Amino acid sequence: MKIQKVLALAASAMLCMSAVACDGGKKDDDGLIKVGIINNDPNESGYRTANDNDMKKTFTKENGYDAQFSYSLKNDEQINAAQKYVQDEVDYLLLSAADTAGWDSVLQDAKKAGVKVILFDRTIDADASLYEASIVSDMDKEGQTAVDWLKGQNLSEYNIIHLQGVMGSAAQKGRSGALDQAVKDLGWNLITQQTAEWNAEKATQIVQSVIDSGKKFNVIYAENDDMAKGAVAALDKANISHGVGKDVIIMGFDCNKWALEELLKKNWNYDGQCNPFQASYIDSIIKDLEAGKTLSEKVVVMDEKGFDASTITQADVDKYGI
Amino acid sequence: MQSRNNTVSELLMKLFRRQIFIPIAALLLLALFNLIADPSFFKITLGTNSAGDPVLSGYLITILDYGSELAILAIGMTLVTAASGGQDISVGAAIAISGSVVLRVLCGSNSRPETLQAPIIVAFLVSCLVAMAFGAFNGTLVAYFKIQPMVATLILFTAGRSIAAWINNNELPIISEPSFGYFGGFIPGIPIPTPVFIAVACMIITALTLRFTNLGLYCQAVGINDKSSRLNGLNPAFIKFLTYVILGLCVAVAGLIKVSRLSSINYSVIAKDIEMDAILAVALGGNALSGGKFNMTASILGAYVIQFLTTTLYKFNVQSDALSAYKAVVVIALVVLSAPIVREKLTALKNSLKKQPAAKEVA
Repeated sequence: MKIQKVLALAASAMLCMSAVACDGGKKDDDGLIKVGIINNDPNESGYRTANDNDMKKTFTKENGYDAQFSYSLKNDEQINAAQKYVQDEVDYLLLSAADTAGWDSVLQDAKKAGVKVILFDRTIDADASLYEASIVSDMDKEGQTAVDWLKGQNLSEYNIIHLQGVMGSAAQKGRSGALDQAVKDLGWNLITQQTAEWNAEKATQIVQSVIDSGKKFNVIYAENDDMAKGAVAALDKANISHGVGKDVIIMGFDCNKWALEELLKKNWNYDGQCNPFQASYIDSIIKDLEAGKTLSEKVVVMDEKGFDASTITQADVDKYGI
Repeated sequence: MQSRNNTVSELLMKLFRRQIFIPIAALLLLALFNLIADPSFFKITLGTNSAGDPVLSGYLITILDYGSELAILAIGMTLVTAASGGQDISVGAAIAISGSVVLRVLCGSNSRPETLQAPIIVAFLVSCLVAMAFGAFNGTLVAYFKIQPMVATLILFTAGRSIAAWINNNELPIISEPSFGYFGGFIPGIPIPTPVFIAVACMIITALTLRFTNLGLYCQAVGINDKSSRLNGLNPAFIKFLTYVILGLCVAVAGLIKVSRLSSINYSVIAKDIEMDAILAVALGGNALSGGKFNMTASILGAYVIQFLTTTLYKFNVQSDALSAYKAVVVIALVVLSAPIVREKLTALKNSLKKQPAAKEVA
């Protein structure tokens, strides 16, 4: 009995918190387009923070939107939020799904209710008729751009430490896939290939462990900036030089502002972009749909760059840093 | 000859029965494994870092270095476990909060300050206060509202990282001042990592506190039976509350080391899953997770066993997402070994082994 009461208390406390987190569900009929935005937790990474800020900046009353936001890293909570938005009769449902599966039934409900669905950042395993458009990053291409760049460095030998993101995530698969292929085709050496789960400190420990073992390496391919930073911390401790024209090549992804500054200082060599600014794409799609136009293509792949430390400028840092 | 054999076996038996036997045996086992697999594991070299200062490096140094935060947390977790018979699962989130507070005080409103806005000691003291306040929150729920520790701390476990992000307006501050990095790295001229010194300082303070105050005794008394301890004039609720505040202090120290290591923070991954490691350290120390008697030294050793295991697995290139599976194996082995029914069987087995030679001699 006691435990049940306690659990009930805890559950209601959490409910209160989530209610606070997603308030602002006011209805108004002043010609605003109602959008429900379901995103991942903005604290997840610098990428997500930039993405969320971009959304909040675009979908404002001034721009003609009445936007509601809800955040979760868990698929089932996201689906609950989607159901709530469908019941609230929003005009558009914008979705960055935590997981690719499980979305069919709620999206069918949305379709019946006349809610138009637009996917951003992440795609899902559902019939394409269930959504209007999908604006995504091509993670495979990001990996390929990075690996092509690395190939272009024409090193006499490639001894690579590969720090992977959380296994199974789209970013990890795409960025690992290209490197794995190159390792197989070109005979590069993987000194170690481990997941540091996007975590700088784990990355430090993994690189530290390679240094302690005395193995030689000349490339660190980290699948995000945090892990590259962690790797560099271990190199600094062991007095191994890194950056342009130095012993070890440092590669990162996501283009955090601080990471691009490291490139500018020539401490790192390469940073691949993962474009978080989807809001303007979504905005123009909604405008088109409202004007009754049909979209020319369902899947929009965003432009993404790779920055080289020898060519990056301060202007790039200001423009693309997140 | 006979009597000497007896005393040796008695000594072994004594050691075996001592609680500290478990973590020591685990450490020796790991050390032995590494010695056989690759003796260079124990090599320590003196080199210089990129700033030109001398630093010691090697696997053993890595273990001592990265085990520090866990050892510090294990101190607080042991007290909480002993007094309240439950564990605080919010320490990872609390580290995110206290680390975030440190950075917030140092940076002010600018997330990329050229100079520090406040002395580091002030930032640390503020974070201590905040972490102790959150500890007090948990402690109040557990001690005065009698909520189960795991449920009470679940609240902060869920909300903590969002609070941490909110403290810094969702920005990721980076501190360029090199002296801030000393706490998680090296002080110029001293080749031993600073976290080791911090951990040792915490251990000495804990040892002195346990030696010269009744804290240890009171925690055990409350953990064993809080009704009878109340009849003996203790205030069980306050003692439980106090242990959570002490854990809060440990969290602040660990949080300072964590943010100092990278001079930055990532709210969602900093100190991720460290609460489970801290609980595991307490369990590895042979302490009953249901409260009561405890052995602080064994818990601290348990923390280093976990780091030893982690470093060993990294060395042998075990996929790091499989690390938790290996830890799980260790936990299962420990839990089974410490179960009363298994202990009884083992003692019975030992007794029968002892009797057999004795019987032969008579014959």
